[in-house]
Amino acid sequence: MVGAGIVGASCAYVLTRAGVRVTVVDRGGVASGTTGAGEGNILVSDKEPGPELELALRSNELWRELDEECGGFEWEPKGGLVVAETPEVLDALTAFADTQRRHTRPAGADPGRPENVPPASVQVAAVPVAAENLRGFEPHLADGLAGGVHYPQDAQVQPMLAAARLLKASGARLVRTAVERFLVSGDRVTGVRTGQGDLYADAVVNAAGTWAGSFPQAPLPIRPRKGFILVTQPFAVPPVRHKVYTAAYVTNVASDAEGLETSGVIESTRAGTVLIGASRQRVGYDTAIDYPVLAKLARQAIGLFPVLGDRQVMRAYAGLRPYSPDHLPVIGPDHRLGNLFHACGHEGAGIGLAPATAEMVAAQLTGRPPRVDPAPFAPGRFA
Amino acid sequence: MSYDLAVIGAGPAGLTAARVAAKRGLRVALLDAYATTGGQFLRGTAQPRLTGVDVLLGQRVWAVEKSAGAFLVHASTTVTAATLLVATGAHDRVIPFPGWDLPGVLTAGGAQALVKGERIRPGEEMVVAGTGPFLLPVAVTLLDAGVRVKEVLEANRPSPRMAAALARIPSKATEALGYARRLAEARVPYRTGHAVVAAHGEDSVEGVTVAKLTADWKPYAWRTVDCDTVAVGYGFTPQADLPLQLGCAFSGDHVVTDDRQRTSVEGVLAAGEVTGVAGAPSAVVEGALAVHALVGEPPPRLLAEKARLRRFARALELSYPVRDGWRDWLTPDTVVCRCEEVTLRAIDEARDLGAHDPRTLKLLARPGMGWCQGRMCGHAVARLTGHEPAPQKRPFAQPITLADLTLHDREDNA
Repeated sequence: MVGAGIVGASCAYVLTRAGVRVTVVDRGGVASGTTGAGEGNILVSDKEPGPELELALRSNELWRELDEECGGFEWEPKGGLVVAETPEVLDALTAFADTQRRHTRPAGADPGRPENVPPASVQVAAVPVAAENLRGFEPHLADGLAGGVHYPQDAQVQPMLAAARLLKASGARLVRTAVERFLVSGDRVTGVRTGQGDLYADAVVNAAGTWAGSFPQAPLPIRPRKGFILVTQPFAVPPVRHKVYTAAYVTNVASDAEGLETSGVIESTRAGTVLIGASRQRVGYDTAIDYPVLAKLARQAIGLFPVLGDRQVMRAYAGLRPYSPDHLPVIGPDHRLGNLFHACGHEGAGIGLAPATAEMVAAQLTGRPPRVDPAPFAPGRFA
Repeated sequence: MSYDLAVIGAGPAGLTAARVAAKRGLRVALLDAYATTGGQFLRGTAQPRLTGVDVLLGQRVWAVEKSAGAFLVHASTTVTAATLLVATGAHDRVIPFPGWDLPGVLTAGGAQALVKGERIRPGEEMVVAGTGPFLLPVAVTLLDAGVRVKEVLEANRPSPRMAAALARIPSKATEALGYARRLAEARVPYRTGHAVVAAHGEDSVEGVTVAKLTADWKPYAWRTVDCDTVAVGYGFTPQADLPLQLGCAFSGDHVVTDDRQRTSVEGVLAAGEVTGVAGAPSAVVEGALAVHALVGEPPPRLLAEKARLRRFARALELSYPVRDGWRDWLTPDTVVCRCEEVTLRAIDEARDLGAHDPRTLKLLARPGMGWCQGRMCGHAVARLTGHEPAPQKRPFAQPITLADLTLHDREDNA
């Protein structure tokens, strides 16, 4: 397993339970990359109908199970609230929510379910909220919003703890060293060359996040998209209950724009701080602080929650979201080399999508039928 | 208004640099977070008038940016300057011990600042503990303020190296003798190889446990001393947030400079404790030298003086290290990070979860995530994971309100 972020840790957890002996290799240790720079979102709300929504719905179920089996990672089924500033945006948002609600996972995509197990919920719950009812959800929201949609399935975890707990519970060995390249014999991968020597394995899973595309023997078109998060002072009672964001976030997530995009995304953590995002920039692997971008995030946060204006911001950090050309994750067997599997390219949704990704990789690796159709995620689609 | 030079920090280094630079005809702004100039060392003393310098007080600089060839120094106001001198000094280094989160436990520097700046007596009966020669002037300041100083505890033992270094600098030797005489007159015992290893009390400090220490600071032979306040200081950590933001090269915890105080970043100078803790006389020399990076050649006399004082500082650093035995003072319930109330037990759990370095430890257990952003606990947290304490990047050198942050949105970055 190359990578000890949330995807690598989830894969290790699922695979060891399937009887596979796993060694995880990461140059920085657990959660040292993108996992350690995110908010821990587990969202269905921002996914348009399609394969990613299916993966998100399955993941949502699995996170609930993981919290019961493993736990200790601040699982908060807090729900999401998407708000619209104008009636026009509200119309678009409610129409979008409507298409999400109508999307159900095709029955045939669940062949692994035994006959006696009832089908799990595979539908998005999305409830329109009229302007006058918004404060029932969020008492400190600004005046003048046109309305919103409540997504009760949206949740949050502390992502670093989640990766660490899953990795620990897996019992997999963690080796802290860099993977330099895959070891290849003919058209099959036989292991990895690391800073501490060669490791041989029957299969290799590439969960190297932002760096997953850069292995020369099996390159993938995965590149970084930078994002900032602002962290406020801790509150005794944080003024934000749900994950709250503006409808613009959904269009930004799916956008192909090169330049800076920002949209207000606000939520509190169990530690009492408020996290403020989200910016998206394509500036390579640069994680330098950019104060004007932070200023925009602050403005959008105050726009949604005026009460935040006189609160102090204590820190800020940047992370790199690994994205693919079609903004879908890359999951499944490599199309060039045997015994190599990819689990990467989750952009800003890696925490949310990790358990279903791990389930898919484990099914493919052990030759079992997958729960979600893996075809749209196949690594060969860019070839 | 754009300046030739912005000096951040109005302590000995910054004051000297601002004065000399103004005399040389440079347009100078001098910024400091406090309401008066002088910094920690000169606080409470009469301050000279600085002619030709724009003195901007109460300015807590939270970030410095480079934009269009100039530096933007962000505080309540934003100052633009062609060159920057960082003279932000250092803050107390502390190590945790059971009860150090009780009211009545102060840093040595904090206790001194209360007396010098606020004319407040920090306590009635006090113990001063830690390591380094700074404990002596702190104890004397407290005595002069009318505090009953019961003991001064130096965790290290004096070394021949230190005696030799002192002998080479007569002014320092005289200063040390003066402190020793004052303590002796007041019958305050100065004990080496001792430390406060715990503080006790219901709502505030009522007493401390004092232990003898082995050479690597493992405690033995405990006793209790009644007191209402304890001041602890285990040396200093350079306050280097701004040079870190700017990407200046570091060596250990301090900024690297050349003989004219130039850092690795063009246009950024640094002087005083931020370049390595060496005391006020050294800061004054470096403040003057920094101006010579802008105008003229450095006088050989100043260069020689700097070298001499730096050698002394190096001897100090080697004579008063923090030894790892303090970890034996802690119990599982001891709070290591006071802001986030992270105990040693929580830290050990995070290490068991795979936190092998300070950053991962912070992500898993939150030490250093709170108000002080690791300034207090950073040293201890690094050592608990077996790492050398390293400077931590802080995008906000000071907290700032979200409303104030919005003022820094610039369209050229849109």
